[in-house]
Amino acid sequence: MIAENTVSVVLAGVGGQGILLASEVVARAAMHAGFDVKTNEVHGMAQRGGSVIAQIRYGTKVHSPLVPEGTAAVLGALEQIEAIRFAQFLAPDGLAVVSSQAIVPVTVSSGQASYPEDVPQRLAALFPRLAYVHADKLAAAAGNTRTANLVILGAMSNGLDLPAEAWQEAIRTSVAPKHLDVNVRAFDLGRKAV
Amino acid sequence: MIELLSGNEAIARGAFEAGVTVASGYPGTPSTEILEALVAHRDKVYCEWAPNEKVALEVAAGACLAGARCLVTMKHVGLNVAADPLMTLAYIGTVGGLVICVGDDPGMHSSQNEQDTRHFARFAKVPIFEPSDSQEAKDFTTLAFEISERFTTPVILRTTTRVSHSRSLVTLGERQETGRAIKFEKDPPRFVPIPLWGRVMRTKLEDRLGKLRELAENCAANHVEWSDRKLGIITGSISYQYVREIFPDASVLKLGLSFPFPDALIREFAAGVEQVLVVEELDDILEEHIRSLGIACKGRQFVPGIGELSPGRLAQAKAAMEGKSFSIPAPPAQAADLPARPPVLCPGCPHRSVFYALAQHDVIVTGDIGCYSLGVFKPLSRIDTILCMGGGITLAHGMDKAGEKRKIVGIVGDSTFFHSGLTGLLNIVYNRGVSTIIVVDNRTTAMTGHQDHPGTGRTLMGETTVAASIEELARACGVKRVRTVNPYDLHATQQAITEELNASEPSLIVSSAPCVLREKKRPGPQRKINSEVCKKCGLCLKLGCPAAEGAKGAAPVINEVLCAGCGMCEQVCKFGAVAAVEEGL
Repeated sequence: MIAENTVSVVLAGVGGQGILLASEVVARAAMHAGFDVKTNEVHGMAQRGGSVIAQIRYGTKVHSPLVPEGTAAVLGALEQIEAIRFAQFLAPDGLAVVSSQAIVPVTVSSGQASYPEDVPQRLAALFPRLAYVHADKLAAAAGNTRTANLVILGAMSNGLDLPAEAWQEAIRTSVAPKHLDVNVRAFDLGRKAV
Repeated sequence: MIELLSGNEAIARGAFEAGVTVASGYPGTPSTEILEALVAHRDKVYCEWAPNEKVALEVAAGACLAGARCLVTMKHVGLNVAADPLMTLAYIGTVGGLVICVGDDPGMHSSQNEQDTRHFARFAKVPIFEPSDSQEAKDFTTLAFEISERFTTPVILRTTTRVSHSRSLVTLGERQETGRAIKFEKDPPRFVPIPLWGRVMRTKLEDRLGKLRELAENCAANHVEWSDRKLGIITGSISYQYVREIFPDASVLKLGLSFPFPDALIREFAAGVEQVLVVEELDDILEEHIRSLGIACKGRQFVPGIGELSPGRLAQAKAAMEGKSFSIPAPPAQAADLPARPPVLCPGCPHRSVFYALAQHDVIVTGDIGCYSLGVFKPLSRIDTILCMGGGITLAHGMDKAGEKRKIVGIVGDSTFFHSGLTGLLNIVYNRGVSTIIVVDNRTTAMTGHQDHPGTGRTLMGETTVAASIEELARACGVKRVRTVNPYDLHATQQAITEELNASEPSLIVSSAPCVLREKKRPGPQRKINSEVCKKCGLCLKLGCPAAEGAKGAAPVINEVLCAGCGMCEQVCKFGAVAAVEEGL
């Protein structure tokens, strides 16, 4: 019953990791490739270090900006346990791109909960198509640790049928000119990492 | 030209194209970005942040009576504050077009309730438009201005979080100037609702509503999409998108102008299908009205009215209607024991020390709306109530007068203080209360993304202006005990709070330090914990700072990416285990 010609993408992470920019790049890449596109993002209170997701859908005609559970072609997570938290959005044959970065929530530091020690095992059990990416290291290699979002995006691009030029054009129109080179390097490193 | 715009950016674009020259509002998720986008056209549109929504609507009402086209923006609860001018402006009517854009928040992503603004349209007897994507957000905005001027009525444009914060493609148009000279034409029977003339306005209001009903029957915003006649769905707003997704074959009556109700159109549509389903988010306003027309329909018994709709929830409703079952794919078993990650006060947030200091006292803390609401979470746990903007001050006084034995502390932010804190403070002094009020002043409206307010010394147009002093305002209200503390000095903050709690008269503490996110510069050097000196007492973790990461049985570690250098952990450590990281290391 869900429109099958619409491609859905979900980005998950922690507020402040650059998810909104990554979401904008995906949307612009789809737009440059000639598709109708809708995105959805969270503002306000949930931004402050909480779990956040952004959703992008593209196709010939997109209706809902919200991704129906179980339909995303690609799930990208900028923090590793956030991939598990939002795993239900991914289609059974979808690609999961997960950063190895771990950000310990305050609920763990204050002793209310614990951070799982078997994250790689959980990811392997959950995602038949998994790319576990050392996004921090690749971002540092690109020249700025804050470009881990573009590294993940580069890896995610392997699971989406958008032309390379559309991605390049999307990055160019989404980031400030002075940060363009480092973001393009980060994207390329991520794209080659899968 | 086609652009990828959020619903809010599209509304700003629509207002620009409609020739708006005055815009006012108060920040509130999900409405905030409208004025931030509109002010890019400052050469053509005067934009301002008002101290609250009532002021914003009144400013726009004044401008519109002088002939200007005006936009007002706020979130759903803001319209409660602006309800007073709305109800009577509906009587007086408009000269220049006036559109009130209100952002509802189904699912309460960033709000204290999920009220449905459509009630206000019926209550005030004014039309309401509901766009379902960014293109409609722009188109309905310009249409709303046209309707406002043609019928001399204020018009509400209602979005929801998913309309405001979704991006989709929008075809841009050109700006149309009104061509009308700004000159207020005196006409007391038209503009002065003393009972004599107000009764006349009351009758005219009903006449206007009748004309608007006729308009609704033929309005471009309402249309039928005929398809399979077995099921006809009546819907609007974002729900329309979910309907198209989940019921691709059904006939649809989409109501973009959802009040006044187009009765003839609804009857015609219902007669053309075997079965009617109403799909609306939040309250069953449409369904109730459709039933009142004697039309049998399905709706609330299948479509949930609590929380936000989604394609999954609508698929569930569809399955239930068909006697089938459908479960929305749930988070996996591997997610069951994941640590929760609620929003938290940022690393380096100046509010943190106030909550930490309050934890040393057996007091009741009446909180308010802003980032500092997050002080309710463990380990700080120092907020006991939240009601509404300004309620932190007034609830404190009420508890005090009820005879509560413990001392009551009210906490408000700076923007909230200017919004509606002042009258409550005046009330405490006037009625001989003894509450302690703490204004956590970070010099910005932080929660909604750093908007200016009367205390910042800057306007939305980017001009410098007078910065109102919270301390002087408090003194002018008659508060004798007014003091300012630097929250990054934990000891001084603790001492000030202890002293003021012991006072037997009202007192006001301004905890003054700029929001670290806004400053983009660390208040001090980053810190690190020496694990050989650390006794693992866990006291630093009681600050609830996301940068201090604790692990069982080991010394806490400070995350060097997150640490903002506020130094509070160094001040609470009794063993000297926390030290500044030297520059260059």
